[in-house]
Amino acid sequence: MSNPTFTGHRGLDHEEPLSFERGRKGACGVDLPTPDGVASRLGGLERSGPVGLPGLSEPEVVRHFVRLSQKNYAIDAGFYPLGSCTMKHNPRLNEKMARLPGFSDVHPLQPQSTVPGALELMNELAGWLMELTGMPAVAMSPKAGAHGELCGLMAIRAALEARGEAETRTRILVPESAHGTNPATAAACGFSVDAIPATDDGRVDLAAFEAKLGPDVAGIMLTNPNTCGLFERDIRKIADAVHDAGGYFYCDGANFNAIVGRVKPGDLGVDAMHINLHKTFSTPHGGGGPGAGPVVLSDALAPFAPLPYVTKQGDTLRLVEDEASSDADPFGRMVAFHGQMGMFVRALSYMMSHGGDGLRQVAEDAVLNANYVLASLKRVMTASFEGPCMHEALFDDRFLKGTGVETLDFAKAMIDEGYHPMTVYFPLVVHGAMLIEPTETESKETLDNFIACMTDLATSAKAGNAERFTQAPQLTPRRRLDETTAARSPVLRWTPPAPAQAAE
Amino acid sequence: MRYLPLTPDDRQQMLGVIGAKSIDDLFVDVPKAARIDDAFNLPAHQGELEVERALSAMAAKNTSAGSVPFFVGCGAYKHHVPASVDHLIQRSEFLTSYTPYQPEISQGTLQYLFEFQTQVALLTDMDVANASMYDGSTACSEAVQMAHRVTRRKKAVLSGALHPHYRAVIETTSKFAGDTVVALDADPSGTEDIASLIDSETSCVVVQYPDFFGRVHDLADIAAAAHEAGALMIVAIPEIISMGALRAPGAMGADIVVAEGQSIGNPLNFGGPYVGLFATRQKYVRQMPGRLAGETVDVDGKRGYVLTLSTREQHIRREKATSNICTNSGLCCLAFTIHLTLLGEQGFTRLAALNHESAVKLADALDTVPGAEIVTSAFFNEFTLKTSKPGAEVIEALADKGVLGGVPVSRLMPGNKAVDNLIIVAATEINTDADRAQYAAALKEVLS
Repeated sequence: MSNPTFTGHRGLDHEEPLSFERGRKGACGVDLPTPDGVASRLGGLERSGPVGLPGLSEPEVVRHFVRLSQKNYAIDAGFYPLGSCTMKHNPRLNEKMARLPGFSDVHPLQPQSTVPGALELMNELAGWLMELTGMPAVAMSPKAGAHGELCGLMAIRAALEARGEAETRTRILVPESAHGTNPATAAACGFSVDAIPATDDGRVDLAAFEAKLGPDVAGIMLTNPNTCGLFERDIRKIADAVHDAGGYFYCDGANFNAIVGRVKPGDLGVDAMHINLHKTFSTPHGGGGPGAGPVVLSDALAPFAPLPYVTKQGDTLRLVEDEASSDADPFGRMVAFHGQMGMFVRALSYMMSHGGDGLRQVAEDAVLNANYVLASLKRVMTASFEGPCMHEALFDDRFLKGTGVETLDFAKAMIDEGYHPMTVYFPLVVHGAMLIEPTETESKETLDNFIACMTDLATSAKAGNAERFTQAPQLTPRRRLDETTAARSPVLRWTPPAPAQAAE
Repeated sequence: MRYLPLTPDDRQQMLGVIGAKSIDDLFVDVPKAARIDDAFNLPAHQGELEVERALSAMAAKNTSAGSVPFFVGCGAYKHHVPASVDHLIQRSEFLTSYTPYQPEISQGTLQYLFEFQTQVALLTDMDVANASMYDGSTACSEAVQMAHRVTRRKKAVLSGALHPHYRAVIETTSKFAGDTVVALDADPSGTEDIASLIDSETSCVVVQYPDFFGRVHDLADIAAAAHEAGALMIVAIPEIISMGALRAPGAMGADIVVAEGQSIGNPLNFGGPYVGLFATRQKYVRQMPGRLAGETVDVDGKRGYVLTLSTREQHIRREKATSNICTNSGLCCLAFTIHLTLLGEQGFTRLAALNHESAVKLADALDTVPGAEIVTSAFFNEFTLKTSKPGAEVIEALADKGVLGGVPVSRLMPGNKAVDNLIIVAATEINTDADRAQYAAALKEVLS
């Protein structure tokens, strides 16, 4: 390695041990009063030994986590075109609003009479979601997109039960391009999964789909726009066909950002659709959560929405928490308490900032940015499908054929150039997929620089400079990591080193 | 519009490059009938000031926990969170990154997840923990599903002193998965005999510790009975601070421990987002749900971290995955990790002692009130109060007097007459002597 340093640090890039390797007895990052020493009432179940946590003062802890943070790529620091994840700017106003004590410092089980503003916020957000989707109801409690999928399928199952068909309708159709959560969710809900093939133009094969319909079909889970970044042109026909066959239409709303303010899913025949508030409505991704996945429901599924929900009685909002107080037929409960309130506040703050007019512009700019990238890069990379895309552009690895460079290598070389790679190897329907989602919060300048860089990389690969890719990344806190060994002999926690042998 | 960088000129130029006449050309695949050309029935965009004004007005209608003597618990607790926690989790590199799919530029997230997993394993005295679940209730339901996979059985036995919401989540999941749930009735007296319900078809018993009524009891006998029948013991911990004072479930034979981690680092947030903790024995690690960070080395031989064992997960295994979960509770999990690192051994155990002491003092103060009786003898920071009037009325009357005094059990177990006069009361380090005195005085007036 070039220029090894004495410390192992490289300028701003610090080597940082685990907190467990740094702590020592007697140090502490908080000041707490000494307990008075009242007699214990723990019933003889006192912890017998130490927990094993390290001791560190506040400045040490702050520095530890600041140094760790500096090893992360982030939207605030650079372009993050991770397809299917909608990595858009996260406004700080939303953070400020979520931290108002009236929202953040309120307990889910304090008397309802003391939280009218919290119920108002949930009701207001629900109103926006219903208007934007053109759907008559929304279940607010699901904690993430995949949890929303589960909610939607449970509602479908409950509706089938009410029709007396739960035992016979056990098959869910899922296109092979779907997110992995779709088949996993269907299985978790007791359904069998039947994959629908894609056509050469990246959409559901309508004939194959219709051939699969039958009296045992509970419904279809379809992402629209789909994971290839394309609008399913036949969506209305698909919806009608599944309804005619007695099934329901679950729409995966992961890609709602492409159509918000332009298309109402309610007009497309959708029965249930989750909305990732952390994608379309910009609640921060936070290194992998927390998300929020409210589910809008059609009239057919609305009565089965889970507990709890907010309802209006006269002028007063009320939270319905149990079956006995419900005048509907809730299928059950998905979470303790009432859902991701902290995310609700952020999402509403974002929606109010954009307004109905701004949200429409969001979809238009997201689609424009993706098409600009597609049009500019299809000269040097291979676009998987003809025609315009929606909010993300899909390429495959045909342009790398014979170069000795694979999709993964290409992604790693982007890292050295200062970009977070696009999503790679997903969707599975094309070879060596590269899915680029710029989002609407990137400027033309950023896109132009990115396009220039990608063009240079593609040209370089074709010119035989494979090493630039296969040896990448070179400039990161860590270079390529051995994932095979990590999985073969997993080390999932720190363990204290064995005590050294006493010297003879 | 402040979040949108493109100008009208940019848009025109870009359409030119694309070869489109207007933006509508890009929506050509959307059926005409589905395109919305008129405005939505929604207000127009607003500046920061206007949004802040509207949302602040909404927030001001709520009574925040910090503004009154506050004793509400039942699975979510008010604790003091050091200022540096909220500062650090708002670092751009933590707040605005995503799942560490590219480990070379995500070592910050991966290392704190590894530290978090170690912390959770230590607190629960288990071998391994995952990188977090949505919350305690969903973690508990996932634990039941995992026990079914491990034992190849499909029946769960639930304690009557399991949080009713946790029970409901398990019942809902199990109903749709086609599994069996046997749940004991709530038993405020604490005499349930859960071991007698374990049979050769039982995959797991689920007990809460401290339980819903606040009681702590030794779980070793239940574990032994479960293991004898080839079943697992799942322990759900609603208040993770208790692990600084109580014997850990791992030391009593637990096979899976789940917990609500909100108490460390995270505000009440009216119920979410929270952070679910999930720990188990090494031998079951490949049956675990959720993400896992693992240690490895890079091509230069330097230690680093990656997401690992992903062949359990939905993006690889699809319908055969151990769970459909995709995200974890990243930022809440980071807040937990930072707060617990600040506390360290000394701070964590002292915080637990202060919580217990606060509850003991409150129990003593309330026990002297005529018409009130503490029915929990062994507890951590939460106990059951029996009142001469229905709990729901008492709590409303206390709220009118400016005291948030707990949760009436009838709210969570509606229709169960036996619990009508019971209130679950929690006390933490935030409560002062004055808070406790004010509660006792208000309760005295309400019950007189």
